[in-house]
Order: sequence, then C-alpha cells, then structure tokens
Amino acid sequence: MDAVLFFALAAMVLVGSLGVVLSRNPVHSALFLVMTMITIAGLFLMQDADLVAIIQIVVYASAIVVLFLFVIWLLGVDRHETLEDPRRFQRPAAVGLGALLIIEVLALAGREWVTGERSVRGALDVEQTGNVERLARSLFTDFFWAFEVTAALLVIAVVGGVVLARRGRRPLSSEVGGGA
Amino acid sequence: MDITPSYYLTLAALLFTIGAVGLLVRRNTLVMFMCVELMLNAVNLTFVSFAKALDDIGGQVIVFFTLVVAAAEVAIGLAIIVAIFRRRQGVTADDIDLLKG
Repeated sequence: MDAVLFFALAAMVLVGSLGVVLSRNPVHSALFLVMTMITIAGLFLMQDADLVAIIQIVVYASAIVVLFLFVIWLLGVDRHETLEDPRRFQRPAAVGLGALLIIEVLALAGREWVTGERSVRGALDVEQTGNVERLARSLFTDFFWAFEVTAALLVIAVVGGVVLARRGRRPLSSEVGGGA
Repeated sequence: MDITPSYYLTLAALLFTIGAVGLLVRRNTLVMFMCVELMLNAVNLTFVSFAKALDDIGGQVIVFFTLVVAAAEVAIGLAIIVAIFRRRQGVTADDIDLLKG
C-alpha cells in the first residue's frame, strides 16, 4: 500500500515538474506547478509532516502560484519565447550538467543515505503529541529567535515590494504623458 | 516492498535536477522563477525525509522557515520582474543584458 502510494505520487511529481519545464505556455507551467506542490504535500503527509503539508498547500500551491498567475495576467502571456537559442551549445550543455548533477548526487550517496545523530532537536513523537503541537513547541522554544527574524524578513519583503512597485510608476506616467 | 528514506531522497534529487536544468534551459523569467520553486521544494522534501529518518522535529521546522523565505523571495522577485517589464517591454532573460560588458 505504501509503495503503491509512493510510486503514484512520485510519478505525479516527475510529470508535474517536467510539465513546468517543458510547457510552452507559462500559464500551463503554473498549473503544473500547482500539481507538483500538492503532490509533494501528499509525500509530506506520508512522512508524518502533517502541519508542513497543510502549509505547503495553503502557502505554495495557493498563495505563491496565484501570485505567479496574477503577474502572468498583468504582463500578458509571452508566447514568442525564443526557441532558437542565441548560443547553440547552451541547451545541450545545460542538459549535460543536469545529468552530471544527478549522477554526482547518486554516486556520493551510494548505499548509505541517512547518517548522523538521531533526535537532536527532539523526537517526532507522533503517537503521544500531535505533529502540530510538537512543531509549535520546537518553534517557540528552540527556534524562537529565528521565528522572530522571519517576521522582520516578511516586513522587509512587503516594504521592498511596495517600494519597487512605486518607483516604476513615475517614469511610466511621464512616458505616457509625453506621448511616446 | 518497503519504502526506505532513500526512495524519497532519490526523488528529491531528481526533482532538484529537473528544476536546475529548467532554470538553465528556459528563457522566460517567470518560468525560471517556477523552476527555482521546484528546487526549493526538492530541498523541502529532503528535509522532511531526514526528519522522518532521523526522528528529529528540526527538519520540519526548517521547512517552515524555507516556506517563509520562498514567499518573501517570490514577492520581491515578481515585483522586480514587473519593474523590468515596465522599462523594457519583455520578460525574457536575454532582454535583461544591461550588465553585459
């Protein structure tokens, strides 16, 4: 049962990610991205990561992809993406480097994938406490400082987004006003 | 058949490779961004697999932080793409060659 589920989800992840890379239309890429994200959430669920799986669906598959689609809508679909590469060797080189990367990882890992000390930050503890409670306990004790820093990071990102959006507006209105 | 952590890690390595090759092959900056998301997801999958294999909650907490960073990165990155589009009327990577010597 576990194996069937894993291989079905793995096939969907690979199909989805290849769809992102190979789709001509960016909208199709974004929809394949949703498929990949939700399938990965399923893989998270299989490994006792309940909260992370839900956050994956809410943040990644919903918010981030909607943001992508929003920008595609704003800019218009770029259908005439140059299929002819200005440098002809670039694409084969990229595929070759990718193959090298996967061979390297698999060779380095060999037979022994998982080594190291167990339960440094505490056990998953699935039976006694739920995953949400366990993760919250770790987040608000061991990782509290990092948690506070992410709050600052999000504020900086919001302010940065606003600044980038505002700065572009002034030259645009002057261009339109100039009748260019 | 028993699904060991190495299956998940192999899948994550494949996903990361597809993302990396896509980033190098595609010219549309939006799709390049989606490939970055694929790579981030592959790393998240690795973290969760190690959390399960080593019975350690730390791996899942790191995924939480990765998600926050990814959200901030997408917000800023898409704002930059929109700003570039306003100036240069194109979001293809070859259009953005201002730093070319």
